[in-house]
Amino acid sequence: MNLSRKAFLRVSCFSLLGAAMRKTAAAFGSTFSRKVQWGMAVDIRKCARRPECTACIDVCDQAHNVPRVPDKRHEVRWIWKDTPEHAFEGEDFRYSSIAKLPVMLMCNHCDDPPCVRVCPTQATWKREDGIVAMDWHRCIGCRYCMAACPYESRSFNWVDPRPYIKTANPEFPTRTKGVVEKCTFCVERISQGREPACVEACPEKALIFGNVMDANSEIRRMLSSRDHVTRKPELGTGPNVFYLL
Amino acid sequence: MFLVEKALTGSKSYWRWMLILAAVIATGFVFYLRQLDYGLGITGLNRDVTWGLYIAQFTFFVGVAASAVMVVLPYYLHNFKVFAKITILGEFLAIAAVTMCMLFIFADMGQPARVLNVLLYPTLHSMMFWDMVSLAGYLLLNAVIAWATLTAERNGTAPARWVKPVILLSIPWAVSIHTVTAFLYAGLPGRPLWLTAVLAPRFLASAFASGPALLILLCLLIARVTKTQAPRESIQKIAVIVTYAMVANVFLILMEFFTALYSGVPEHREPFQYMFTGLEGHARLTPWMWTSVILAAISLVLLIVPRYRTNPRLLPIACGIVFVSLWIDKGIGLIVAGFVPSPLGVVPDYVPTLPEVLIVAGIWGVGMFILTVFYKIVIAIRPEPFAGHAGA
Repeated sequence: MNLSRKAFLRVSCFSLLGAAMRKTAAAFGSTFSRKVQWGMAVDIRKCARRPECTACIDVCDQAHNVPRVPDKRHEVRWIWKDTPEHAFEGEDFRYSSIAKLPVMLMCNHCDDPPCVRVCPTQATWKREDGIVAMDWHRCIGCRYCMAACPYESRSFNWVDPRPYIKTANPEFPTRTKGVVEKCTFCVERISQGREPACVEACPEKALIFGNVMDANSEIRRMLSSRDHVTRKPELGTGPNVFYLL
Repeated sequence: MFLVEKALTGSKSYWRWMLILAAVIATGFVFYLRQLDYGLGITGLNRDVTWGLYIAQFTFFVGVAASAVMVVLPYYLHNFKVFAKITILGEFLAIAAVTMCMLFIFADMGQPARVLNVLLYPTLHSMMFWDMVSLAGYLLLNAVIAWATLTAERNGTAPARWVKPVILLSIPWAVSIHTVTAFLYAGLPGRPLWLTAVLAPRFLASAFASGPALLILLCLLIARVTKTQAPRESIQKIAVIVTYAMVANVFLILMEFFTALYSGVPEHREPFQYMFTGLEGHARLTPWMWTSVILAAISLVLLIVPRYRTNPRLLPIACGIVFVSLWIDKGIGLIVAGFVPSPLGVVPDYVPTLPEVLIVAGIWGVGMFILTVFYKIVIAIRPEPFAGHAGA
């Protein structure tokens, strides 16, 4: 390729300018709309057809080497089952038809995630596709993100997790003690064009995954046809996990 | 060179005291090694209460560190001569307290070996980054100031001209360290107890009460150890500062009570219920918090009534009470109750474990050790620590 000095300088200049603008745009985060924002819709009623089912939890824990720590106080959770009372703390579903149904909880992959805002090392950050990702090798274990997350979606390894992994998945890293972890919407599968493990494993197809920025996606069609809620929307975090009522 | 040699000679009781401190530090260190090996699961912390004694103690001692400004400011900005002999004690107290703060943060980290990641990936939108910057800066400022003024005093000369601007810088810096520390908490969604604009003012008020109260006790202690006159006039002036700060602090806490309890908004009311009456049968903090309230009330009586405040027997008691009351309030209650109830509405329990308490004791030991060395140097240079100004 023939490139004159002048042309080279011009291209370098524009590239640098472009990179700088992207950085600036990224700094403003959610004020610029993304092309892709992965999201999840949870169909509470479909899920409740099998009250004892833990398929999504099992497959997630297995795929990501999530330890099953027996001490509840040191539990590590990526996706878990809870009551509507806990899931929608501050809302009143006492007399609603979902009052007694289980609700699957996970990281909300917020539009403006407080955990990312407070992390002193950028060990957790928001990817361009909207996923709130984590670098377990950079995390210093200060747990500031856990104080900041209003959904308790983050877990800390209070002890060495490895003894509590029954059969380790060699394809995925295990963690060390002293770092925080959480659901990553299966970034490792998304990069291969696959859906998250929990979505694939659900026998009732109660989890719908997709790009919420794409008006023609399945998740958007579902959201436009069904009533839904998000968790604590008043905090301005912009959760991307939607609960179909 | 750094005057450390002055701390290497001392009486039997001096060495006995240092030996006790060394033993406390060593015990804490041994348990810290165990924590390093086992993980933070060795503490009472858990998935709901993720910060406890370490971070709470850190918060309290940032206040003690910031309080040096309460003697530095009157002396350097208002030429308040009675504090001439006290400022150096305040600055050394600040150094010891900031060192303790850094150790508390370090003890709380899951991966302490990665601490430098904070500098390697400076993150301007993280308040923890700014807290690190402000604390490190404050430590440096006070170390430089204390060393420069003390060497000048030993040499019988005036401090170099560049010292004054550094001292002036340390005044707003002291305010900043506690403001930024309040910002660690006051900007988090989903933690309603902390989500209040009054938190930083409250931190400053409690700091300016607890720190100077400790300074009065330290002055009295130094006077007793050196068998010299206590600086009565300076102590009385500091007592007035403690009084105003404590009144402001109690006032701000009452403001919090009013908003939380009168509005009745559950997320604002519940942490206070947990602290003072117990929530859903969980009431571990209740005896502590009531102790803090009662002590605060007693201290206000002792401080506000001039007859009591000027009574040399009652004043140390009042200062001790202020210190303990605020230590409970900020060094335990505020941080732990911030996690109760959890964002999911669960009421968790947190009880510090023995290793955790011993590690905290070890860090206290380090603080006292540093303070003793520094004050020993001051006494060595100045056999009558408070003579010259404002004698009895």
